[in-house]
Amino acid sequence: MTELDDFDRRLLNRLQHGLPLVRHPWQELASELDAPQERIRQRLQELLDDGTLTRFGPMYDIEQLGGAFTLAALSVPEERFDEVARQLDQIAAVAHNYRREHEYNMWFVLATATPQGILDTIGEIEQLTGLSVLNLPKETTYHVGLHFPL
Amino acid sequence: MSDCISPSDLKLAQRLMSFTEAGMPLVDDPWAWLAGRMELPVEETLALLQRLQDSGAIRRIAAVPNHYRLGYTFNGMTVWDVDDEHIDRLGQEVGNFHFVSHCYRRPRREGWRYNLFAMVHGLSAEEIERERDLVRRHLGEHCRADTMLVSSKILKKTGLRIHSKPKE
Repeated sequence: MTELDDFDRRLLNRLQHGLPLVRHPWQELASELDAPQERIRQRLQELLDDGTLTRFGPMYDIEQLGGAFTLAALSVPEERFDEVARQLDQIAAVAHNYRREHEYNMWFVLATATPQGILDTIGEIEQLTGLSVLNLPKETTYHVGLHFPL
Repeated sequence: MSDCISPSDLKLAQRLMSFTEAGMPLVDDPWAWLAGRMELPVEETLALLQRLQDSGAIRRIAAVPNHYRLGYTFNGMTVWDVDDEHIDRLGQEVGNFHFVSHCYRRPRREGWRYNLFAMVHGLSAEEIERERDLVRRHLGEHCRADTMLVSSKILKKTGLRIHSKPKE
């Protein structure tokens, strides 16, 4: 686990809200945080290098940029769980797949180029596994993003 | 938010995404770096970013913390059966809790009664239980049932990419 000092916390808390879209964003951040911009970038690079930060860059709402997505689940009999996990692993449209402790014990995200692609993939999974897919596309987004008080 | 982006901006955004999929370098002038890739003037690149951010296609340009490395190792997908006539207000309010990372309305199905999803994060199992309790008290009489699905194993995790050929 990474130990953060006071400067790190202020820096990460500030950056969780995004780099300002001004001509010289690091200058603005430097004056907000009262620290030289070189120090800010150097510390961010260290936090990226050691894995505390996973990525610096634009965070896209990929659905607005084309493509279709859904959250889906399966209720998989325990003795077939690993087999079905391997079957889903082979399907490129399956982005994330988690075991969750519930009657619906396998939860995954599908990402395809078109809405029809989602239906085709669900059909493929149902045919492959003989299980019926619970398809839960989002209807309204209320919130995305974490603002941890670090 | 959510103004539609123009077809030409959509094309530019897709190029932008291809250049920044792995992130941006921490250079002195990040917009000039992007402008070089996009083969656009810096001012146009910055204006494009502003339009994409205004429309919601870019949420923000930010550093993404690895929650696990920062101790936030516990998370739970809380799901709630909320009155349809109150869900939009309550969904917004639940999304405003600082420990909620994602909050969506999803359809009910036969055998699935929950229409509000909120992903909660915390430093311990007890903490996410407390968070869940805060949400439950906030929803009050407008929620008929709820449960929490805790993930016990990551079976597959790839970045979200758009696959044009689902039958690969």
